[in-house]
Amino acid sequence: MINLFINGLPVSVEEGSTLLEAARFLGFPIPTLCHKDGLSPYGACRLCVVEIGEEPKAKLVSSCTYPAEEGLKVRTASSRVVRARRMVLELLLASCPQSKIIQDLASAHGIRQQRFKQEHEDCILCGLCVRMCQEQMMAKAIGFRSRGEKRSIGTPFDIKSEECRLCGGCMYVCPACQLRCTYTEPERPICGGCANLTPPCLEKRQFDDMMCFMDPCVACEIQKEG
Amino acid sequence: MIQDIAASGKQQVSPHETVDSKGIVRILNGHRQQRGGLISVLGEIQSQYGYLPEDALRVVADETGNSLVDVYGVATFYRSFRLQPRGKHLICVCLGTACHVRGAPMVVEEFERRLAIQPGQTTPDREFTLETVNCLGACALGPIVVVDGCYFPGVRAQDVGQILEKARLERVEVPSMVAASG
Repeated sequence: MINLFINGLPVSVEEGSTLLEAARFLGFPIPTLCHKDGLSPYGACRLCVVEIGEEPKAKLVSSCTYPAEEGLKVRTASSRVVRARRMVLELLLASCPQSKIIQDLASAHGIRQQRFKQEHEDCILCGLCVRMCQEQMMAKAIGFRSRGEKRSIGTPFDIKSEECRLCGGCMYVCPACQLRCTYTEPERPICGGCANLTPPCLEKRQFDDMMCFMDPCVACEIQKEG
Repeated sequence: MIQDIAASGKQQVSPHETVDSKGIVRILNGHRQQRGGLISVLGEIQSQYGYLPEDALRVVADETGNSLVDVYGVATFYRSFRLQPRGKHLICVCLGTACHVRGAPMVVEEFERRLAIQPGQTTPDREFTLETVNCLGACALGPIVVVDGCYFPGVRAQDVGQILEKARLERVEVPSMVAASG
C-alpha cells in the first residue's frame, strides 16, 4: 500500500494505481474525457489535471497517467487546477461545441464565456476509439494518421479496413459524436441548457480548495470564512 | 493534407506500378535483426520506388506482424515519406520566415500558376512535384528554391519560368558536394 495525501486527507491506495483511480476510489470527482476503465491511460484531454507537491514547487500533472507515490500531496480542486481545467474546457468547447458531453462539463465548471473561434470539429483526438479498437475489440482497424494540425483518426488510405467488423465500439466511446447537444440558442457558443449546476453562492465569491462530499456545495467553506 | 493529396493525386496521376512483393520481403529481411526497423524499411522502399505504394505497405504490415494502421501512421507521420508517386523533378520552395518576408509566397503562387498544381501535388505528366518547406537554413539567400538538389538563391516571381525551363531541359547543375551527400 502507498500512503499519500489527497486534498489534505491521509489515504492509502494500492501500489500501481494512478492518482485518478485513487481519487475516484475515495470519492473525489475528477472530470475526464479520454479515460475509460479497461483502456490504457493516455493523457490526451488534460481535463484530469491535479496539483502535486507543495508550494513553491507544486505542479500540474495529468492524474490519469501519474502513478501514486509515497507521501505525495495531491490537490484535486485547488484554484490553480480549476483554472487550468476551465481553460482546457473552453478550448475543447471551441473545437467541439456540438458535443453534449463537453457542453455539460462546461456547464458544470461554470464556463460562461467563449473567447476562441468556434471550429465545429468532429474529433478532439482523445484516442478513445483507437484504444477501444485495439485493446477491447482486438481489431486495430483505425489509428492516428499524419501529425500536427493535420493529425486525424481513421483507417489507412481512407478506405474500408479489412480488420473492421463494424462493431461500433469506436462510436460508443466517442465523447464528440456519441451525443449531440441540441442548442436552445444555436448562435451561442455555450449552451448551458440542461446542466446549469452552479449553486448561487459560488457566483458571488471564489474559494480555494473548494471540495467536499457534497460537491458542488461549499457551505463548509462559507462557514469557515464567517 | 494527406487526404487532399490522396484525393487529388488519384485524379492526377494513377500510381500504377506493380509492387514486387518478393523485393519488399528482401528489403525486410535485411532489417530483421534490427528491432523496430520500420522506418529504415520504409526508407529503403521509398528509395526504390520513389514513393510508398499502398501494396508495399500492406506487404510490410503482413510480414512484420504490425497492423496496417501502424505502418500507415508512421508513413504519414514523417514528412519525408510520400504515398503518391513523385515527378521527375522536385521543386522545393522555402517558406521560412526570412524567405516569407522576401516574397516566397509570390514565388509559390507563380509555380502553382505555371504548373497548375498545388504544393504537395505532381503534374499530370509526372514531370514536376511542387513542395514547400518551412526552412532550409539558408536564410541569407532567400527566397530560396531547390530544384533537384540545386539551390537557386534570391528567386523572384519572374525567375520562375527560367527555373522551370532549366529543369525541363535537365540543365540544373548540382554541385558535386551536394550530389555526393544527397
